[in-house]
Amino acid sequence: MDLFEHMGKDLFRAHAIATPRGIVATTPDEAGLATVELGGRSVVKVQVQVGGRGRGGGVVLVDSPERAVEEAERMFGAAFKDHTVTQVLVEELLPIAREFYTSMVLDRSTGSYLAMMTAEGGVDIETLAVEHPGELRRVHVDPGLGLRAWHVRQLTSVLPLDAREGVGDVLRKMWGLVLEADATLVEINPLVQLDDGSVVALDAKVTIDDNAMFRHADIEALASQFPIDPVEQRARDADLQYVKLDGEVGIIGNGAGLVMSTLDVVAQAGGRAANFLDIGGGASADTMSTSLEVILSDPAVKAVFINIFGGITRCDVVANGILEALSRVEATVPLVVRLDGTNADEGRAILAVASHPKIVPVATMDEAAAEAARVAGAEA
Amino acid sequence: MSVLVGGDTRLLVQGITGSEGTFHTLRNRDYGTKVVAGVTPGKAGQQVDGIPVFDTVADAVGETGANTSMVFVPPRFAAEAILEAADAGVGLVVAITEGIPVKDMAQVHSFLKGTTTRLVGPNCPGVITPGVANVGIIPGEVCLPGRVGFVSRSGTLVYQIVYELTSKGIGQSTCIGMGGDPVHGVGFIEALRLFEDDPDTDLIILTGEIGGDDEERAAAFIDGDVSKPVVAYIAGFEAPPGKRMGHAGAIVTGSTGTAAAKAAALEAAGVEVARTPSQVAHIVAGRLRR
Repeated sequence: MDLFEHMGKDLFRAHAIATPRGIVATTPDEAGLATVELGGRSVVKVQVQVGGRGRGGGVVLVDSPERAVEEAERMFGAAFKDHTVTQVLVEELLPIAREFYTSMVLDRSTGSYLAMMTAEGGVDIETLAVEHPGELRRVHVDPGLGLRAWHVRQLTSVLPLDAREGVGDVLRKMWGLVLEADATLVEINPLVQLDDGSVVALDAKVTIDDNAMFRHADIEALASQFPIDPVEQRARDADLQYVKLDGEVGIIGNGAGLVMSTLDVVAQAGGRAANFLDIGGGASADTMSTSLEVILSDPAVKAVFINIFGGITRCDVVANGILEALSRVEATVPLVVRLDGTNADEGRAILAVASHPKIVPVATMDEAAAEAARVAGAEA
Repeated sequence: MSVLVGGDTRLLVQGITGSEGTFHTLRNRDYGTKVVAGVTPGKAGQQVDGIPVFDTVADAVGETGANTSMVFVPPRFAAEAILEAADAGVGLVVAITEGIPVKDMAQVHSFLKGTTTRLVGPNCPGVITPGVANVGIIPGEVCLPGRVGFVSRSGTLVYQIVYELTSKGIGQSTCIGMGGDPVHGVGFIEALRLFEDDPDTDLIILTGEIGGDDEERAAAFIDGDVSKPVVAYIAGFEAPPGKRMGHAGAIVTGSTGTAAAKAAALEAAGVEVARTPSQVAHIVAGRLRR
């Protein structure tokens, strides 16, 4: 789960990492009042689950409450990189002497954590790593041994001498946060040293492992603040693995790999998938009818492609599940159904006998994808 | 011959008394796997359809000589179960459990480096040597004994492609579902090495998906160290960046982990990359005729 900046900063403060004073505003007027409270000047920052805010007009310095209201109005008025804006963070301005970059991220290639540091703040780290790899300090941290003194010395060795102690202190607290909050990413860009020498996290980009939410009810509860597409919300309520896409062929399949593959095969056939939906191992009538409800509630969907491989779940059971689902949910568009695997012949026979007017049975995945793309194109 | 599991596998099941654990344990035994023990803390002395249950892995290994463990323990306890099995000296641990926190897996990864235990998974369908032994949830009925080795991040893509191979009369030596989690045990490189060294494997199929760089590293390994033909398939060309596609590890992050980059890396290493799952079986059939 990607946290909003202000949520990340709450975690920082809980781990004694200093942040600027900030107030979350949900209306332009609140942004104005917050700016008054912060002394008449502030920085207004959109709160979205996506990066690149600085270059995209999502972070603006204002020198009056009126300007804060104007900027907040502009931010609330339009989506930021396709993300709906419902909150802005209004923060105090600080006397910055120097800016740095630091991050700790789960490194899947090595099964450990990667800590990084550069003496330049506000940089795009992927670009820097390619263009000036020498300026980026990288150390792997074994979760068994933890962050050691030499890691900290190595990382801070790229910084001016008088910044090393303060930044080293932040690094140790970051590592504590990584472990305690099950963070897979903590990035501070920039981490700043103020005129008085103190070190403050000016930004916070934090991702928490979805699999670890059972340990973090407080963090899980934050998800209600994220704007969510109503169709995605419905799928989430039903515990379905669903991702909305912007095509016209609704997809239902079993198994993440097979569903991903289905999106690709539909695209190769000239169609575009409207979603990713994995119903997992069981293709019961209940799961199937909820999935159909979710998918058909997306008005862009012109055809549905049900792509099932029967393994332990037999295709005759799946076929009956589809028919029962259709007795509960009205199919408003054609359903192209491909059943393969265990008892595929029996499953296809059940669909043939039922000869439901909206079901188009097709034998192979490639042919079914082509048919779904064709039908969706004809209906559009 | 085969890799990882075979006639000498003596299986113990951690979490055997749960409904999924019992169901798949008995399926594995029906398939021919020697299932010698189960472990559920607090249930020592019980039996599951004649299979003795122990409190600890150490007890089970001591009493039965189990050399392989299958983990069906719920996510919040699963990492502990893997550590316990490794500490008891179990040579192969196959973790089926989905949803283990990645920090727990990173700690497991760190611990396993100092042991001889090999881990497959987690969040995986397991390993099957057709006709001999099945450890996991791969439907054995779609497999056929033969000489094609198969390693995959996705479970259902294994089932789909194996089914098509079997329909064409092409059998498999061993199928390894390595799992869809970002931090996992046996990966492509280790599986490729096992198949390369296996005298009963003639050709290797590798199916990958978006996220991470396992496929890119596999491509580099194939280029230098694999002499047998490799056929690949990659899923997720249409996956948008930043969205997790079902599997915890299936996510394009920034510009890394795209399907296009993975396919390109494999092709550059001389691997034939199929465009659809059905094409895999066609390509393999053609290669084996040559």
